Amino acid sequence: MSVKTKKTIKNVLYHLFVVAFGFIMLYPVIWMVLGSFKAKSEILGNNASFFPSEWLIENYTKGWKGAGEYTFGTFFKNSLIISCLATLGTVISSTMVSYALARIKFVGRKFWFTCMIMTMLLPGQVLMIPQYIIWNSLGMTGTFVPLILPKFLGYPFFIYMMMQFIKGLPKELDEAAYIDGCNKYQIFTKIVLPLLGPSIITTIVIQFYWTWDDYMGPLLYLTKPAKHTVSFAIKSFADAQGTDFGPMFAMSTLSLIPVFILFLFFNRYLMDGVTAGSVKG
Amino acid sequence: MEKQKRKTTLKEFMNRDNTVGYVFAAPFIIGFCALTLVPMALSLFYSFCSYQVGKPAEWIGLSNFIGLFRDSTFLNSLKVTIQYVIIGVPLKLVFALLIAMLLTKPTKAQGLYRAIYYIPSLIGGSVAVALVWKQLFGSRGPIVKAIKAMGATGFNFFGSDTWAFVPLVLCNAWQFGSSMLIFASGLKQIPKDYYEAASIDGAGAWKKFCYITLPSLSPIILFNLLMQLISGFMTFTQAQIITQGGPNHATEYVSLYIFNQGFAYARMGYACAASWVMLIIMAAVTGVVFKTSKTWVFYENED
Repeated sequence: MSVKTKKTIKNVLYHLFVVAFGFIMLYPVIWMVLGSFKAKSEILGNNASFFPSEWLIENYTKGWKGAGEYTFGTFFKNSLIISCLATLGTVISSTMVSYALARIKFVGRKFWFTCMIMTMLLPGQVLMIPQYIIWNSLGMTGTFVPLILPKFLGYPFFIYMMMQFIKGLPKELDEAAYIDGCNKYQIFTKIVLPLLGPSIITTIVIQFYWTWDDYMGPLLYLTKPAKHTVSFAIKSFADAQGTDFGPMFAMSTLSLIPVFILFLFFNRYLMDGVTAGSVKG
Repeated sequence: MEKQKRKTTLKEFMNRDNTVGYVFAAPFIIGFCALTLVPMALSLFYSFCSYQVGKPAEWIGLSNFIGLFRDSTFLNSLKVTIQYVIIGVPLKLVFALLIAMLLTKPTKAQGLYRAIYYIPSLIGGSVAVALVWKQLFGSRGPIVKAIKAMGATGFNFFGSDTWAFVPLVLCNAWQFGSSMLIFASGLKQIPKDYYEAASIDGAGAWKKFCYITLPSLSPIILFNLLMQLISGFMTFTQAQIITQGGPNHATEYVSLYIFNQGFAYARMGYACAASWVMLIIMAAVTGVVFKTSKTWVFYENED
């Protein structure tokens, strides 16, 4: 056998292995999507099959109606409102704060930077109860406010990511703009903000899907069904459906579609965001 | 004249670095005080109190903490959390590193492969996946069916104290994507000549891995380890949905315990005390990892 054929065989084996293993990794997702088209008896138990014998869309129509008085239309609307506003807030506040911490030399900058890093490392669960007590005493539980307002007050992970990005921008740009008569506010809006573009897209993608998937926030603050988000609603929907898993699979599949769409279009930005800050750069 | 002078001073004031800095940092400073500092202080105060929402807090000194260490459910939750972290975190990191190395081979499909292997991380934390996972590993699901076919009749993950944590650990390890990407970008930065030089010296693949790859990656291993430790200690959603902490508290991890005490039993003060104990343990563990890291993390002296 020549060296070349040996190499080709090795290559083919490599791709076969990666694809096969990838299939195993995606199996739970594939199982869910196929399950959403199956009849009840084909999902679990001894008669379970890999493909549906008949592709049914009843699971979707049945699931969409929801278990109570609200359809999934309401839940998708709620999720969209919360995710969009939370993402908007994150972008506005994090660009501002990262500009201050990365570019402006003000008294106390080091101190606030340390506070930011500490907040980033502090697990949210530790603050779960006292934050709930505060929102409750303000009469805000049951509204979207506890899920949205905090995002307008800076989000350390994204602040840190944007700081790394701003530090990579040449300082000469700021200086040139300053000489041309821009003040520090104009430097932010006219120089830094436009250049932050890629970092802002990364933030939008990641924060949108984090908020979309969030379970603990709605669990604590949104008790009324009218206010439920998709991720929370499918949990109560699953509880109400008992052993009829088809509609639950269908709604689970639907709930993941916005995340998949974002991933499809922006996966490069998402992956940039994941590695930002971890590797020296 | 007088007015104009005041106007310029205001303008000057607004353009001072200190003013600009605080104007732009204001969202974070307000947020930090209102959403981190005050809650931390409140939580510390309530951890010495008996407190329910709507009723005045009553100072009870150290009773909550003493109670916690006599509470077998709490001690058990610490035990199972530590077990989960010790098994789950290394598993996830080893897995992430292996896949990252597998995908370093430069092919046209590399980007596509990375995207495919990243999908579990994208959706793994969602409620949808947790619900599906519950059925996938449930007594009538395909995985138990396969295990039963191998002869273990009567096997059931969620009915067993010993095995219930396995689906949770696997669900966590399955979301290896971000660690994988971080490893992958680290692997790319290792100079190729290191490997070439080692080959000339006759080193095999295993030796290259031990003496080049691992030491070069050590700063990134540390970063991933710390991140995964923190998230591992605080695992919540999956356990809350998939096992509800059961059976017999076998998967009632600390954050779930805190949640149950605070909201299901309305013992807010007690729950605050538990979260402080947890925070101290986490700080101690990450501190120890950080301290020992000096012996196994190698930084290149580039600067």
